[in-house]
Amino acid sequence: MNMHHYTLHDFKGGIHPEQNKSQSTGQDISTAGIPKILILPISQHIGAPAVPLVKVGDVVLKGQVIAQGEDFVSCNLHAPTSGVISAISEAPVPNQSGMQDTCIQITTDGNDSWPPIKGLDNYLDAEPQALIEAISQAGISGMGGAGFPTHVKASIPASKIDTLIINAAECEPYITSDDALMRENAADIIKGIEILQAILKPQQCYIGIEDNKPEAIKALQDALKENKDDTHGIHVVVIPTKYPSGGEKQLIQILTGLEVPVAGLPADIGIVCQNIGTVRAIFQAVALGRPLISRITTITGDTVAHPQNFEVLLGTPVQYLLEQAGCDQNKIQRLIMGGPMMGFTITDNQIPVTKTSNCIIAATHNELADPAMEQACIRCGMCTQACPAQLLPQQLLWFAKSSNLDQAQAHNISDCIECGACSYVCPSNIPLVQYYRFAKGEIKQAKADKQSSEQAKLRFDTRNARLEREEAEKAEKRKARAEAAAKKQAAKKDAPPTEDATAAASDPAAELKGLKQKVLASQTRVDKARERLSMAQEQNLDTAGALQLGLDKQIEKLAIAQKNLEQANS
Amino acid sequence: MLLILISIVALVILALIFGAVLGFAAVRFKVEGNPIVDQLDALLPQTQCGQCSHPGCRPYAQAIADGLDGINKCPPGGESTIAAIADLLGVDPEPLDAEHGEEKDVKLVAVIREDECIGCTKCIQACPVDAILGAAKQMHTVISDECTGCDLCVEPCPVDCIDMLPVTKPMQSWHWPKPVAAQLIITDKG
Amino acid sequence: MNLLNISSPHATRPGNTGTVMLTVLAALIPGIAVLSYFFGPGHLIQICLASATALLCEAAILYVRKKPILFYLTDYSALLTAVLLAISLPPYAPYWVTIVATLFAIIIAKHLYGGLGQNPFNPAMIGFALVLVSFPVEMTTSWSAPSALLNSSISIQDALRYIFLSRETIDAITMATPLDLYKHQVEIATATEIYQDPIFHGPNSDASIALGWQWVNFAFLLGGAFLLWKKIFTWHVPVSLLISLSLLSLFIGWDSDSYVPLSLHLFAGATMLGAFFIATDPVTASTTPLGKLIYGAGIGILIYVIRTWGAYPDAVAFAVLLMNFCAPLIDQYSQPRTYGHKKAVRGLAKKD
Ligand code: SF4
Ligand code: SF4
Ligand code: SF4
Repeated sequence: MNMHHYTLHDFKGGIHPEQNKSQSTGQDISTAGIPKILILPISQHIGAPAVPLVKVGDVVLKGQVIAQGEDFVSCNLHAPTSGVISAISEAPVPNQSGMQDTCIQITTDGNDSWPPIKGLDNYLDAEPQALIEAISQAGISGMGGAGFPTHVKASIPASKIDTLIINAAECEPYITSDDALMRENAADIIKGIEILQAILKPQQCYIGIEDNKPEAIKALQDALKENKDDTHGIHVVVIPTKYPSGGEKQLIQILTGLEVPVAGLPADIGIVCQNIGTVRAIFQAVALGRPLISRITTITGDTVAHPQNFEVLLGTPVQYLLEQAGCDQNKIQRLIMGGPMMGFTITDNQIPVTKTSNCIIAATHNELADPAMEQACIRCGMCTQACPAQLLPQQLLWFAKSSNLDQAQAHNISDCIECGACSYVCPSNIPLVQYYRFAKGEIKQAKADKQSSEQAKLRFDTRNARLEREEAEKAEKRKARAEAAAKKQAAKKDAPPTEDATAAASDPAAELKGLKQKVLASQTRVDKARERLSMAQEQNLDTAGALQLGLDKQIEKLAIAQKNLEQANS
Repeated sequence: MLLILISIVALVILALIFGAVLGFAAVRFKVEGNPIVDQLDALLPQTQCGQCSHPGCRPYAQAIADGLDGINKCPPGGESTIAAIADLLGVDPEPLDAEHGEEKDVKLVAVIREDECIGCTKCIQACPVDAILGAAKQMHTVISDECTGCDLCVEPCPVDCIDMLPVTKPMQSWHWPKPVAAQLIITDKG
Repeated sequence: MNLLNISSPHATRPGNTGTVMLTVLAALIPGIAVLSYFFGPGHLIQICLASATALLCEAAILYVRKKPILFYLTDYSALLTAVLLAISLPPYAPYWVTIVATLFAIIIAKHLYGGLGQNPFNPAMIGFALVLVSFPVEMTTSWSAPSALLNSSISIQDALRYIFLSRETIDAITMATPLDLYKHQVEIATATEIYQDPIFHGPNSDASIALGWQWVNFAFLLGGAFLLWKKIFTWHVPVSLLISLSLLSLFIGWDSDSYVPLSLHLFAGATMLGAFFIATDPVTASTTPLGKLIYGAGIGILIYVIRTWGAYPDAVAFAVLLMNFCAPLIDQYSQPRTYGHKKAVRGLAKKD
């Protein structure tokens, strides 16, 4: 392997929180085993939820598709082990809101039996389309955090891409799942990258990895060396440890010096980014035909006796994992899914591990202290120094606090990546990110409201136009009929009458029915109006007068309707 | 005398120059604004419910623009809409006119109990935004995405099978509330 | 098991606003020590007086405003204001000057604007400016001469007497500050002549520096460097302030026969205290990196202009207050370019 020298481009801001990684890297990855029940949310990725293909009571085999992504931006979901579908219902899912979502529940049978699976032969010579199809079938979505369907990213036309970046930075404290994966499965990862190269045909490929993972760096470099061909153009680039260097935008900036344009995608500057875990899943899907049914998850935190990395079946409840790691669950003060900077708290230990769950932190009070009471912003600017997006967090705070959404938007609040660097450094302990999330949510809501009101307006106008048109048409017809009648009259005058005039109504029965219905409806309306009136009178509301008027009118209408009906009957 | 004459001439010349500058600026930097009715209409919630006693939002916007009606007659819009209109027109916001109804804090959507529907099409005729689907003597149903929650279809239904239910928010539209500590500090400002 | 549900990030750096303020206070210690060494115990007494006044006053206001008193007192911002004010004041100013300045700083300049974080003007400097224009006599006749120039050093009893009781014999220990002296002398004398004054001589040196003052400034510079190292503030404001002041002095005032020389500008007045402790007050300064440069440079320029052509010998307070006015505007027009954007946003959003 030839040594390259890379010009690294630092990103602005960033922080150096305590790493807390060594706790969970002492042991090799172990298999977490098969819990009694697996809970699989149908929406573990960005995009449309997968549509369940199974019914309650169905027997499923390991790796069988149980829900299908029907849209392009969606993902298949497979049974992580064999068993019986025991429920398809709402259950708590990993989510900030603590809300529930549809989950498929499998009661496992412990056999763990695979149907026969087979990967693509000579996959490196296969058509890109076939490779993408294999990835899509395997239900792979980004495993670093966002969960964007991988086959969508892989479908970007190769002509647009010149750089493939593999994100192995893993910059958040505590998390070591990628680290462990690289130490133990470097060869698979390299093969996975080769598959991506075969699809996207990039000119260069960088693996960006922070310098706090020397073993993983070595493993990757060794795996590259073993590779007979050294023109594969995969470079392991060691970058300085600084949070959030693993943010997609930041990693791109470090490695290439380019910035993803606002509201754009990395593909706009010829870059595709994939997480290291995703790359391994790609290898397994294409070379072995193995769908995505498990992932590496770090279980750590001070309440855990044996912090370590597990190979976990998707859908495994957090509680099961904590037990495996010897966690004293009574001591947990805060249970976090993800890292301490961007992860979210969960309040239910039955929440399952999904495709994006890279870490679970069961923290004590001492470890992650309760949020201190918010003090006034002293405009010290430490947040500005820390912000990797080059925002002015203290200004954004001001606008978010006063719900001044226009100004917040003008100050680019939408470019905040919610990395939490600003909250981390803030001496006044202001939950800045929560303020931004609040403001962003409100902005989104306001936008949606605006859109729906515009839609409503459009429909209202169209309806009015339609009514007008119908009115005009009716008038036209009436006129035509009147003319025709006049002509007939004229004709009648000429010719002696041959027949009695046809009855006014073409279908007396139908008319009768209509009238009856009118009477009925009128009756209900009178009843309703009475009821309302008496209610108003009881409560002595001053609307009683108006209601009385309304009732009188209804009664009048009823009388007319009844008269009409009688006339028609006779 | 000459002095006075000179000063007058100078002043006139100055006045002409500034006048020209101002005139030029007025033409050059003219703000092409929407007609006021459009701007007002854009602020109204477009529920088209008629609670303002106008047949829809735009007629109400017209009425405000013509000075025929107050700015506080729209219950669905509530205080925030009144504030926005007041801001646009440069007048003081007024409290919502309770005569026209109260502001609801949850968004409602009409739902037809479909087994009870007799297919009379009355609600279709009432819906201002054509959000109800159905034909005569067939079951009707509300396209909930299009329903503005205006309530107008409830009244005409002869069998009372339309309910106004609160909209259930999907998980995706959940967001963090404003941190409470701030409220604590604001309220104890006292 | 009662699990917390809160927004990320879950890890935060330990410490709070109080820690920041205490660090700044700690960084002031060398400066205060040197001040007291050269100018007697006056400043220490003023510090005690101002601190007591400030804390009592702050507590009273918090009580009136129905806010948790201890929570706000322990952000130590009132204490810092008091200490900064006290070391800016002449060491032997009468007690009521100090009290008036402190009360004004805390009540008017801080709490009437909404308390910590909301005040547009530096409270200490508002208090200082108020007494400077209101009580010019007391303010200009209360600086003691450096102790080396006095027959005997000032005892605590003497100091207490001057401050609290009688100012009768105070003339014996006070003298004009070097900047003041130079400014007035330079109109009639050459630099060499001015340097004859003992205040510009160390006991055995004849460099163009002011006795005692250079060490005071050096001590504040040291404290400032400590704060920079602790990342309490960034280099932008002090550096641009000192550079702009130096440049102006070099270009306009290169002739020490007609202008105060650069060495005195930097090391004879309140320059270092101002550059590192007053101009960097976060609440009232600009907060964007570019804005801080402009803000600091503005203060440097104003200091030079007021010192050279204004009526006051030192000018840090006025310069800082004038730039406080501009800080919000500077902030709006010096926003950094956000990641992924082609251009930086300038100004507030337009309303449409
Ligand atoms: S770090 Fe905190 S206190 Fe400092 S400016 Fe930012 S928000 Fe304000
Ligand atoms: S959370 Fe947003 S504002 Fe705060 S540092 Fe990260 S990107 Fe900047
Ligand atoms: S009351 Fe109803 S119709 Fe009138 S403006 Fe408001 S939403 Fe539109």
